Amino acid sequence: MTDLTKLSLADARKGLEAKSFTATELTGAYLSAIEKANPSLNAYVAVTPEQALDMAKASDEKLAKGQGGPLEGIPLGIKDLFGTKGVHTQAASHILDGFKPEYESTVTSNLWRDGAVMLGKLNMDEFAMGSSNETSYYGPVVNPFRAEGSNANLVPGGSSGGSAAAVSAWLCAGATATDTGGSIRQPAAFTGTVGIKPTYGRCSRWGVVAFASSLDQAGPIARTVEDAALMMTSMSGYDVKDSTSVDLAVPDFAAAVERGVKGLTIGVPREYRMDGMPAEIEKLWSQGLEWLKAEGATVKDISLPHTKYALPAYYIVAPAEASSNLARYDGVKYGLRVSGKDITDMYELTRAAGFGREVKRRIMIGTYVLSAGYFDAYYVKAQKVRTLIKKDFEDAFHGGVDAVLTPATPSAAFGVGDEALAADPVAMYLNDIFTVTVNMAGLPGIAVPAGKDGKGLPLGLQLIGKPFDEETLFAAARVIEKSADMDFSPKQWW
Amino acid sequence: MSVDAATVKRIARLARIRIEESEVASYQGELNAILGFVEQLTEVDVEGVEPMTSVTPMALRRRDDAITDGGYADKIVSNAPLSEDNFFMVPKVVE
Repeated sequence: MTDLTKLSLADARKGLEAKSFTATELTGAYLSAIEKANPSLNAYVAVTPEQALDMAKASDEKLAKGQGGPLEGIPLGIKDLFGTKGVHTQAASHILDGFKPEYESTVTSNLWRDGAVMLGKLNMDEFAMGSSNETSYYGPVVNPFRAEGSNANLVPGGSSGGSAAAVSAWLCAGATATDTGGSIRQPAAFTGTVGIKPTYGRCSRWGVVAFASSLDQAGPIARTVEDAALMMTSMSGYDVKDSTSVDLAVPDFAAAVERGVKGLTIGVPREYRMDGMPAEIEKLWSQGLEWLKAEGATVKDISLPHTKYALPAYYIVAPAEASSNLARYDGVKYGLRVSGKDITDMYELTRAAGFGREVKRRIMIGTYVLSAGYFDAYYVKAQKVRTLIKKDFEDAFHGGVDAVLTPATPSAAFGVGDEALAADPVAMYLNDIFTVTVNMAGLPGIAVPAGKDGKGLPLGLQLIGKPFDEETLFAAARVIEKSADMDFSPKQWW
Repeated sequence: MSVDAATVKRIARLARIRIEESEVASYQGELNAILGFVEQLTEVDVEGVEPMTSVTPMALRRRDDAITDGGYADKIVSNAPLSEDNFFMVPKVVE
C-alpha cells in the first residue's frame, strides 16, 4: 500500500469515498508519522491520538452509510491558537499553562461538522508574535527543508510554523493557521506549501486567542491549491458570535480552482521592487508573470505609493491591540499564577514569568503608544496611514486590476538561532514586508510555492485579491502551481 | 521620539509586567529601535484623512438585549488557578 500520509487531501477524500482505505487507517498512518517525526521537527505541542481515533471511527461509520461530510475522515492539525474543548490551548505561551477551554472555536467546530479529524495542536510563535517560530514556549519548530549539502536546521517561518512544517512533512493532511501580518503566507513560502489569508471577516475569530483583533484572520495551510480551497470552504462562514464576521454566502472555493486566468488583469506594484532584492526573488516574480500571461492574463504596472509605511504602521496598530487583548492574562481566570505580596504584585510577577521576551516587548510598545499624550501621535496617525494603504489598493482595483502579484517573502528560510536577526527586532519584522499590507487593508492573500533558490529551498509568490474574491486567488495560484510543475516535498531526513 | 529609563519603568508598570533593574537598559534599546523604525510615519501627509475604524465598510451589528448564554459558573472558573464556591480567588484588595 502506498504511504497514505503522502496523499493530497483531495486524493485522501477520494480514497475514503472509494473505500480504498478507512479513516481509521489514514489517521493511524498520520499518528505514526507524528510519533516518528515530532522529536526532530517539534511541530506538535500536543497530540490527541485517542480523540483522533474516536473521530476517525465515527467518520468510518458515516462513510459506510454514504453520509460523509465534505472533509469526512480527513486528519488535520490545529494551531494552538484555536480554542479546542478539553484540549491543550495555550497559544504556545507559558502564561496559559494547563488551559483547556470549555468551548470550541467556530472555525474548528465547522471543520468537525464537516467530518474532519483532529490529530493535535500545532506549535507556533507565542501569541502568534514572530516570523520564525522561535518565540514559542515549547521551543522552535524545525523546517523539514534543509539547504542542499547542509545539516543545519532552518526555521519554518512564523507564526504558523508548526502548521506549515506539519503539512510539508506529511504530519497532517492540512492545518489551520492564522495570519495577523503574514503568519500564514510567510511560513507557507518557507516550507513549499500553500497558505491563504482570507478577507477579514470571512472566517470567524470566535474562540481563537486574540492577538490584534482588527488584523487577525484564520485560514488554511495545505499541500496544494485545491486542498487549501477545500479547507477554506469548510472553515469560512458567517458567525453571530463574531461581530466583524461578514454575512456573505460561502462559495465552493474548490470549484474555482481550475477556472484559469484568461482575461484577468494582474497588477505588478513597482513599490515591491525593493533595493537589494535578491536576484532569485526578482527572477521568480518575472517568471510568475510570464506564466500568468501565457495562460491569457494581462499584466499591468501599478503603484501602491504607501507600501513602505505599512510595516511601521503595523508595528503601532498590532502592539496597541495586543497590549489591550493580552491584559486578560492576570493570573486570576486561567493559566499561570505567581503569588506576590498583594494583587498588583501578583499581576506583575505572573506576567513577567508567563510572557516571553517578544510578547513583553510588544505589550510595552502597545502600552506606550496608547498612553496619555502619545495616542494621537502614534495610534491615530497609524490608523490614518492604514486608510491610505487601503485606498492604494482600491485605486488599483478601480483601475481594472483583478489581482496583484508580488513575492511572498524577501528571502528563503533562514537558520534557527540566526544571531543578526535575534539582535535586531526590526530586522526580523522585515520578513513581513510583502505580506503586512494585505492585513492592513483587510484583503485576501495567498502564498503559493513557485520555485527554489540556489540551495534547493522553496520560494513563494503572493497573490492579493479584491475583498471577498478569494476565488480569483485560488484560480491564479493554481495556474502558478501548474506552470511551476515542481516537486515541493522535502527530502525526508527525520 | 525615544524613551528614557524612567519611561521604560513607567510603561512596564502600566502594563503590569515586572522588569528588573538589570533589564531596563536592554528593553530601552529594543523599544527605541522600534520607535525609531515607526518614526518614518511622520513623512506621510495625513491631512484630511479619516483614521480607519473598520477594514470592511460595515456598521457593528447589534443584537437584541436578551440573555442567550450563561448559567455555568462552574465552567467559567474551571481553569482558575484558585477558586472557591464558583468565585475567583485573589489576594485581599480592600483593607
